[in-house]
Amino acid sequence: MGKSSAGLASKSLAVYVKDLRLELRSRFGLNAVFMFGITTLAVVSFALGQASLSPKILGALFWIIIFFSAMSGLAQVFVREEEQQTALTLRLTADPDAVFLGKLCFNFSLLIIMAAVITPLFFVFTDAPTAGAINFLVILVVGMIDLGAATTLIAAIISKASVKGALFAVLAFPILLPMLIALTLSSEKILAGESLGEVSKLLQFLIAYAIVMITASILLFKYVWQE
Amino acid sequence: MNMWWKYLLFLGMSVIIWISFTTPAPQQEIGEASRIFYYHIPQAWICVIAFAMSAYYSIKYLRKRHALDDDLAADSARLGLLFCLLATITGAIFAKVTWGAFWNWDPRQTSIFILLLIYGAYFALRSAVEDEERRAALTAVYAIFAFITVPFLVFVLPRMVPSLHPTDSVINKNLKFTMGPEVRTIFFSSLTAFTVLYFWIFNILKKTNLIRRKLETGTI
Repeated sequence: MGKSSAGLASKSLAVYVKDLRLELRSRFGLNAVFMFGITTLAVVSFALGQASLSPKILGALFWIIIFFSAMSGLAQVFVREEEQQTALTLRLTADPDAVFLGKLCFNFSLLIIMAAVITPLFFVFTDAPTAGAINFLVILVVGMIDLGAATTLIAAIISKASVKGALFAVLAFPILLPMLIALTLSSEKILAGESLGEVSKLLQFLIAYAIVMITASILLFKYVWQE
Repeated sequence: MNMWWKYLLFLGMSVIIWISFTTPAPQQEIGEASRIFYYHIPQAWICVIAFAMSAYYSIKYLRKRHALDDDLAADSARLGLLFCLLATITGAIFAKVTWGAFWNWDPRQTSIFILLLIYGAYFALRSAVEDEERRAALTAVYAIFAFITVPFLVFVLPRMVPSLHPTDSVINKNLKFTMGPEVRTIFFSSLTAFTVLYFWIFNILKKTNLIRRKLETGTI
């Protein structure tokens, strides 16, 4: 048992490193995510001018920008395998669990890097209050884990479909909506200066949601991958 | 052919419709509008049953790979979508009468909206995959994955955000609105009638699919 789980970890790591190396070579996912995020942010900021925004609007805007930026790059990790016709080789050399965990970690990394760039820019552009920055960071990390957890399986599904681009957002949005609501509500409270204790229920919801999504994805992934 | 229960259902539903409009309104504070409760909750209930059936046949498909299970999963989702729409519409009418607006993003409305979106997305995915077996497997995975969010939508989310929805629903733990014996009888009769109706429709769809499959393979 111990040996096989160690094998799974090292295989997942190998898939992760492979994807990371490919990404650094082409930088497609990162470019898409950054350019989309920065463009949306600029449009939002330009349209609003110097208007001072309430925490409610700031929280909503922030997660809309994050959602659509993530949608532009997260599917790439599976779509690339299909487009470059490497999926079959990967299927032969690695077992589905390792592939899924490797890709999941890759998407987490992509999301964390994306958030690390877009979040400071968001605070600069919109002049949002920075008093609760540490608390906001906690929400942000939980949010990224949730986003990655819910979308990686969907990325695998759409990589097998004929129209990929639009379908990803269509399929992911309803699954993501419960957590986007919780994230928006908790960010709003944090930006209004409340402590993490005030949003603990929402955080519990978000963490439970991520755990359920990851478990279900691991169980279901092999049916998509073998297709 | 055993037809008696179909006549019984017809008679039962007619009586329920008659009684639901002639007895006193189930909740005096809300008044006449609360009669919609006899229809709205059974519809929401059927909507959840249909989606559970869809997830069940999706699991069955992934295990056994019978094309018929995929047909049934899709048809259950179709029926679920229909009842989900009915529940949304009756809910919106009730909201207009009691809260003053058809739509105000009450947590219950948000949940049902997400359910509609999920199954809209399910059919978008079905139309996006050409190969029949691949379509069946991919949509089965999505149906199961989406169904997992239903408990969060029905039980968790509405409790986290303050709601205007009456706490009279069968799924809510704090039954503040206690049903009188008369109201209870009508409500559970209606629930039973709707459930029987659902399984009847489902059975017809099942037979149609079976015949279609047999015609395709030439075994009939």
